[in-house]
Formats: sequence, structure tokens, C-alpha cells
Amino acid sequence: MIFKNIRMILRELSKQKLRTMLTLFGIFWGTTSVILLLTFGIAVKASTSKTMHGMGEAICVIWSGKTSISYGGFPKGRQLSFYNDDAQYLKDQVPLIGEISPQYSRYDIAVNVGDKKQNFTINAVWPEFQDMRNMVPREGSRFINNLDMENRRRVVFIGNEVEKTMFGDTNSVGKMMLIDGIPYKVIGVIIAKEQDGSYNGRDKYAIFMPTTTYLGIYGDRYVNNLVARAKNVNQTSQMKKAIVEAMAKKYRFAPEDTQALPIWDTTEYDQFLGTFFTGFTIFLGVVGVMTLIVGGIGIANIMYVIVEERTSEIGIKRAIGAKKRVILTQYLIETFVISSVGTIAGFLFARLLIFGINKAHLDDFVGVLILNPTIAILTIIIISSITFIAGWGPAKRASTLDPVVAING
Amino acid sequence: MIKMENIRKVYNTGKVEVEALRNVDLHVKRGDFLTVIGPSGSGKSTLMNIMGCLDKPTSGNYALNGLNIKDMDDNTLSELRNKEIGFVFQNFNLLPYASTYENVEMPLLFAGVSGKIRREKVTSILNKVGLSDRMHHRPNELSGGQKQRVAIARALVNSPNIILADEPTGNLDTQSGAEIMQLFVDLWKEGNTIIMITHDPRAKEYTDNFITITDGTIQA
Repeated sequence: MIFKNIRMILRELSKQKLRTMLTLFGIFWGTTSVILLLTFGIAVKASTSKTMHGMGEAICVIWSGKTSISYGGFPKGRQLSFYNDDAQYLKDQVPLIGEISPQYSRYDIAVNVGDKKQNFTINAVWPEFQDMRNMVPREGSRFINNLDMENRRRVVFIGNEVEKTMFGDTNSVGKMMLIDGIPYKVIGVIIAKEQDGSYNGRDKYAIFMPTTTYLGIYGDRYVNNLVARAKNVNQTSQMKKAIVEAMAKKYRFAPEDTQALPIWDTTEYDQFLGTFFTGFTIFLGVVGVMTLIVGGIGIANIMYVIVEERTSEIGIKRAIGAKKRVILTQYLIETFVISSVGTIAGFLFARLLIFGINKAHLDDFVGVLILNPTIAILTIIIISSITFIAGWGPAKRASTLDPVVAING
Repeated sequence: MIKMENIRKVYNTGKVEVEALRNVDLHVKRGDFLTVIGPSGSGKSTLMNIMGCLDKPTSGNYALNGLNIKDMDDNTLSELRNKEIGFVFQNFNLLPYASTYENVEMPLLFAGVSGKIRREKVTSILNKVGLSDRMHHRPNELSGGQKQRVAIARALVNSPNIILADEPTGNLDTQSGAEIMQLFVDLWKEGNTIIMITHDPRAKEYTDNFITITDGTIQA
């Protein structure tokens, strides 16, 4: 009986092509738009978040400033400078620190490769710098390591734009470059990364070498700045406080003097981003739910109209002997067929669109669209349930219609 | 076969109560051709709906084949309509998107008849009403007389005990109307029980067994 029913339903659906197509299209389009909308939202979120973390996650950049409070017999306005041993000093004094690195910087240093000549910023750092500052070496290359440090190797890790300028499109790893007339071997190139926060310029235009090598050549007394990250990023503010206290002790300034030791704490930015993205996610969720509801109402409306329109048909069927159950089953199976075909087609079309958009290389604007299976499945389940529920009411009503009333339309 | 006693039907349309049938007694025997004549609004359609188990009387007893329909649930009534009664309506009431064949096949589907038997029955009944060359036409491709033949074929396909026809010629021209009337007469002569409702007094020409109904009561 069920099988005959299904055959009869499929036959009726195919006979009423226009109505079936319109309903199908409504459900299909609803599914496609909800999936696309949510996928876009997630991609934009991911791509923004990636760009914003280009400089590194949860790090503190510490500079030496001028005191603004007179303290311990010193007048205010005293310029502080970090010495070479300050990174090690802080590492020993502040157990909350996970990684720390000094950073020496020189600007507009002449760099030569063959006939090409260009000025770049050079930096000297510890190997710990790599992880904190998100310096990802291209495959087949590496960042500065401890052996480079111990042996004061003349090696450099360069930005991808430096490579492009000095070596063109050829691979620079293992090749030599002259910096201030001194030859260095390129050991690594940073992968192209999105970075929208920086100090000392973007990493893609910078050159990095071991501090030991740098000090052997330039012999600086002072460190430009320090970069540190807490063992546990949730304790960043405690770490900052401990760093200020340790430095205040060493350089004799008031621990409450915020100008003596300016610190850029990117976790503050992350917190702002976190708030922003929570808002964004809520927005996406609301938009998604609203779209689903609008789609659901549309579908419910179509289902209602279909049953209304077909009351006389229901009456005829009842008059020639269809039981209530038969009518109900017929409408429910019809709804089920329409909703499942519609949602599945919508899902496939959304996949196709996502594929096309990714092919069109719009990643700079919207990021790479990834179809989240949870979203897809949830959307399909929600839309088909709405359709089903929307069909249930009118179907139930249709089956209980008085045949005499129904037959007269 | 049909035994009605004291049938009363009241419709509640808002505040006004309309008494469509009052104390109707009616007996129809197997093989009868009964014509119910009456002006519109006389209650003859209500009578037919009750006879056809589409509606239940407000009070009174109606026994079909000795079974009182008062005690039957909806499923049993649906089965009765499916197997015992064949309806023919004034406005044909065919499913517009289904072909002649599919319209006639429908009661067999609801009765759960298997495919092979359905095909045999539908084909032979369409032959009988002279529509075997219109099997795959849709109702809008047929003339009024042809549509009514489809409806009659649909009413006959499950071999019912009673054929109930509500103004079957009401929407037809004289020529087709006469043909349809002739078809009913032929069916009656084959032994079918037919109850026909009409407001056309000429229907008397075809049968001598008729009752007149006015204001919900049968005039002798």
C-alpha cells in the first residue's frame, strides 16, 4: 500500500510540475542562501582573525621610555635604555615569562646581491623570536637556531619581499648576500603572511640574524626592544606587572610609572577582537535564524496554499473511498519528497557556488570558503523539519475535512 | 438495500438552523432505478450525501445492506464509499491533472487492488462506456459527455451495489444528456441499483419509479 502510495504521489507531483517546481525552488533557494551566508560569515571571520594575528599571538613588545615620576633621587624625564643582558635578566627574574627575546634593529642598511642594491631594516633576535612573532619559514628553509647563536654564524632569515627584490623569482636559500659589505648566507625565507599590525615595519621587508653575530659586528650597547610571551597567556597582565617591577628595581624608576616602560600588549587587542567576533558570531547566528524563519514561513505558506487549493481534490478522493490515513500519508510523503529534494539540491548548489567562488580567487576579501559540515547538516535538518512541520498542519487538516464540504471546494 | 427511517438533518449556519431533511422514510430495493425529483434547495443533495455515507443524519436510522451507519467509524465509511457506492456528480469531479485511465483507476488504488487486476478492470470498464480511445486524455481534453462517462466508469469500476448520481446531466447539452441517461438505463437493465437526483422533470421518461422532494419532505 505504501509503495502504491509513493508511486501515486510521485505521479501526482510530476503531473503538477509548476507547483512542485515553485515549492522546490523556494526550499532549494532557502537552503542555498542559509548555507552560503553562514559559510561566508565564517570565512570572513577566519580570514580577519588570521590577518590580525600575523604579527603573533598574545605577545608583549617592551620599549624603554622616559620616566615621568621622580624616584629614588632621580629627576623625572630620564631616558632609560635596555642593556644586552636585560632579556636574560627578566627571564631569570620573572618565572611567568614563557619566551623572551631581545630585538636589535638598524634601519636603511645597504644590502647587495650581485648588481642589485637596496636598503632594508635588519634585526637581531634570539631563536625564541620565531614562535612568538609568527615567523613561519618557507618549506626547505628555517629560522635562526641555537647553533647559529653559539657559533655566531653569519646567516640571515629574510622577508619574502626582500627575496623578491634581491633574488627575483629564484630561490635564495643557501645563497649569499652582502649586508654593509659583509657576506651572509640566507638560511630561510618567511612565507607570505597577512599582517596588519607592526612596529619596525612589516616582516616581509625585514632581515633577521642571530644576536651573537650582530653584536660581534656592530657591538651595540643597547637593545632596541624586547618581545615576551607569558607561559600561560591568561597571565599576561601579571607577567607585565612582574616585568615592570623587575625593571623598576634594576633601573630605579617608580613601578607605577607607565611611561618608563611602554608595553604593547597584543592580548588587549585580542580581547577587543574577541568581543568583536562574539558580536559578529551572534550577528551571523541571528541572520541565519532569521533567514531560516523567513524561509520556513515561505515554505509553510506554500504548503498551506497547496492544501487549500486541493481541498476539492481531497473531497473527491474521500468520496471515492480514500481513508483519512491515506490522505494524510499522501501529503506527508509529498512534503517529505519536496523538502528532501529541495534541501539536498540547495546544499549541492551551495557547494558548487562555494567551489566557484574559491576558484575565482577572492580570498583576499572573503577568505577561503570552507563548507562546514555541521552547518550544512544543521541547515538541511532545520529546513526540512520546518517544511515538514509546515506541511503537517495543513495535511492533518486536509485529512479531517468533511468530504461534503471539501468536495464543493 | 437502503432503509431510511425518520431521517432528519439540520445544518447550523451560525445562528440560523436550517432543517434540510425532515422525517424522511425511504426504501430502495436491489435492482431499483429511483429518481428523486425536486427543485434546488429542496434537500435532495443532502439526501444523497447521507445515502452515500458522505454525511451522517442528525437523527433517524439509516441502514445500508442491513448495517446501521450510525455506529461506523470513518475508516469503515470510507470503505463503504469505496466498495459499495459509486458516485456520479453534476460537475464530474474528476482530478484535473490525471488522465482518464488514472481517474478511473483511483478507487481501485484506494481499495488496494493489485496492478494486473486494476489494468484489466479499468480497460474493460472504459470499453463499456466507450472511451477506450480517450484513455490518456486529461479531463480538459474531453467534452462534457465524455467527462461524465469517465465519472461513470470511475463509479462502476469497483462493482458497487449502488450508483448514486447527483444531477448527472445537469451540466450537459440535450444530446449528451440523453446519451448519459441511456447509459444509466442500460446499466439498470444489467441489474445495477441506481438512485438519481435531478430537478429535470423529463427524467420521469426513463423510469416509472420516482419520488418528489420539497422542503425536506418526500411527497408521495
